[in-house]
Amino acid sequence: MSDLTARNEPADHQAVYIATQWQLMWWRFQRHYLAMISLFVVAAFYLVAAFSGFLAYADPSASEAYRALIPPQPIHLFDETGWNPHVIGFERIRDPMTFKLVYAPNPELKVPVRFFAHGFEYRLFGIIPANIHLVGVADGNAAEVIHLLGTDEQGRDLWSRLMVATSVSMTIGLIGVSLSLVLGVLLGGLSGLLGGTVDMLIQRLIEVVRSVPVIPLWMGLAAAMPRDWSVLQVYFALTIIISLIGWTDLARVVRGRFMALREEDFIVAAELIGASKLRIIFRHMVPSFLSHIIAAVTLALPVMIISETALSFLGLGLRPPAISWGVLLQQAQNVQAVALSPWLMIPVIPVVVAILAFNFLGDGLRDAADPYGH
Amino acid sequence: MTDFIARKLFTALVTIWIVSMLSFVIIQLPPGDYVTSYVQQLMNSGTAVSAQEAEALRAQYGLDDPVWVQYFKWITRVLRGDFGVSMEWQRPVADLLGERMLLTIIVSLSAILFAWAVAIPVGIYSAVRQYSLGDNVFTFVGFLGLAIPDFLLALVFLYFGYELFGVHLGGLFSPEFQRAPWSLAKAWDLLAHLWLPAVILGTSGMAAQMRVMRANLLDELRKPYVVTAEAKGLKRSHVILKYPLRASLNPLVSTIGYLLPTVVSGSIIVSLVLALPTVGPLLLGALLSQDMYLAGAIILLLGVLTVIGTFLSDLLLMWVEPRLRFRRIA
Repeated sequence: MSDLTARNEPADHQAVYIATQWQLMWWRFQRHYLAMISLFVVAAFYLVAAFSGFLAYADPSASEAYRALIPPQPIHLFDETGWNPHVIGFERIRDPMTFKLVYAPNPELKVPVRFFAHGFEYRLFGIIPANIHLVGVADGNAAEVIHLLGTDEQGRDLWSRLMVATSVSMTIGLIGVSLSLVLGVLLGGLSGLLGGTVDMLIQRLIEVVRSVPVIPLWMGLAAAMPRDWSVLQVYFALTIIISLIGWTDLARVVRGRFMALREEDFIVAAELIGASKLRIIFRHMVPSFLSHIIAAVTLALPVMIISETALSFLGLGLRPPAISWGVLLQQAQNVQAVALSPWLMIPVIPVVVAILAFNFLGDGLRDAADPYGH
Repeated sequence: MTDFIARKLFTALVTIWIVSMLSFVIIQLPPGDYVTSYVQQLMNSGTAVSAQEAEALRAQYGLDDPVWVQYFKWITRVLRGDFGVSMEWQRPVADLLGERMLLTIIVSLSAILFAWAVAIPVGIYSAVRQYSLGDNVFTFVGFLGLAIPDFLLALVFLYFGYELFGVHLGGLFSPEFQRAPWSLAKAWDLLAHLWLPAVILGTSGMAAQMRVMRANLLDELRKPYVVTAEAKGLKRSHVILKYPLRASLNPLVSTIGYLLPTVVSGSIIVSLVLALPTVGPLLLGALLSQDMYLAGAIILLLGVLTVIGTFLSDLLLMWVEPRLRFRRIA
């Protein structure tokens, strides 16, 4: 305990003696700077996911051949007259040598940008109809004139697509991990609780699953999804497939905690005074290993996100018109195309940042999960 | 010792059996059976097939039998080396796979070799100079390597190779060797191309192994016998390399079992991005065109090879870990 007071520096030294388990965890978690930063990054990603329709300003599926592969146009907040948010417009020119359409920025053409402007209709949280967007133009269609991150080969706005993709990819990870959690807690719990033959069988099963290269297997399952399934059906089938990847680690954590707790004095005491099995599990065991589960879930999430991205990237996961990080990255498969329009690689950045943030966050949570240890 | 081998062999056989069933399930999953697709394909190319002929084909492949009989027939054919015929290529599956399987093994093994060749020295350095600038840099690089999915890493490499050096990285052979028979020059050409997939595939494994190596060696360096050796005035390099290093290598060997499946998995996707002539692109093509005998055979073989690799790594572990060799009962 003296060790904890020394390291946690709460103003009042007495605080540590009366602090609850969760307070101790929070203090310990705060010492892990990378994890703290990652907490904000992850929160930001989920905010983007929740308000993707508001952050997008163009209909993500609206394609127009004449605005294909427009380079990114950054927003300039000031000009010589002071506050005047605008993007630099461009002119379409035919390259005299190749007769290809090229876009030449023209500083004379300033497109004024309005904040909280009206734009295309969307549903906030999938329910509330709305048409307010973070950025837009005073009049006309924002999709025609603003392209913050450029457009893809079909002339669809990359920024708007990226916002929607973030919400799809982040939620598919969440749903996938909840299914994994159910599997992991069920099998890991049974294994740790019953022991004996059941434990042996489940452990062998985990060993088998872990010693098989999973990606070819899941590719096979994903490819078997009928072609005529709707976007929603594919989405749920895919979450089930990717949840089958991540459960083994969760099951191991749960089993380990059950094994360790079974021998603890307070559990034995509860058993001796005749508490029922269910009460022991939910009243005594679960609260003391919940933190470990949360950490394990956070570490399983990036695996889910990578799996979805990889499968969609290969064309076996979500298929257009669905939009996800993997679907966006399909356009970056061709090096020549990417060399000509490097902004098609932009979706790599959120994928890597999200995965890093989840890993650091999970790492910090795992360290904090056991505040009484070292 | 024999007990250990027997247990591992048993697990390996059970795993292979389960993989074979999963592969068969995947073959069976698409609607319709082999003959419906085959007849459809012949119709598309303008050849009419009578109902009798289709029935004859069904009987030949035993498609009217119960599922477990079909599985049994399929697996006995596979054991004789007959993986069926690829519908798309109209060639026996075994012919299509031969060289590509070999290249898959070569790519995976070189990735593991790369991971080890970097992870061990860096792990030693990080442990000996704990919390130094170098250690922190390697830790950060390690986290990056763990976090970046290898197919994105491959994309980034391709882009910068093309953008900065104007070369098209990717492939395993120069164009002039692609269809050439094997020769010394071709093997040399392969080596010249192999480094990129090895680095890309090996990075995440390397990062993990580096952390394991560092942690193990740190544990070992704190033990009293190391202090004694130092106190007696042995050379620093001698103190570290002679015993603690050897002791901390053992857990590293035991992680091959988990490294191999991830590397083989990763090689499938990375091969597609880098256009490597491994089984990866073939598997994707087969899955997309529902050429299920080919896809099932690839999934089965990848699984079996991984299990064999893991079993070999267990034997290797036994060789480096005397405690395992002399223990009677696990």
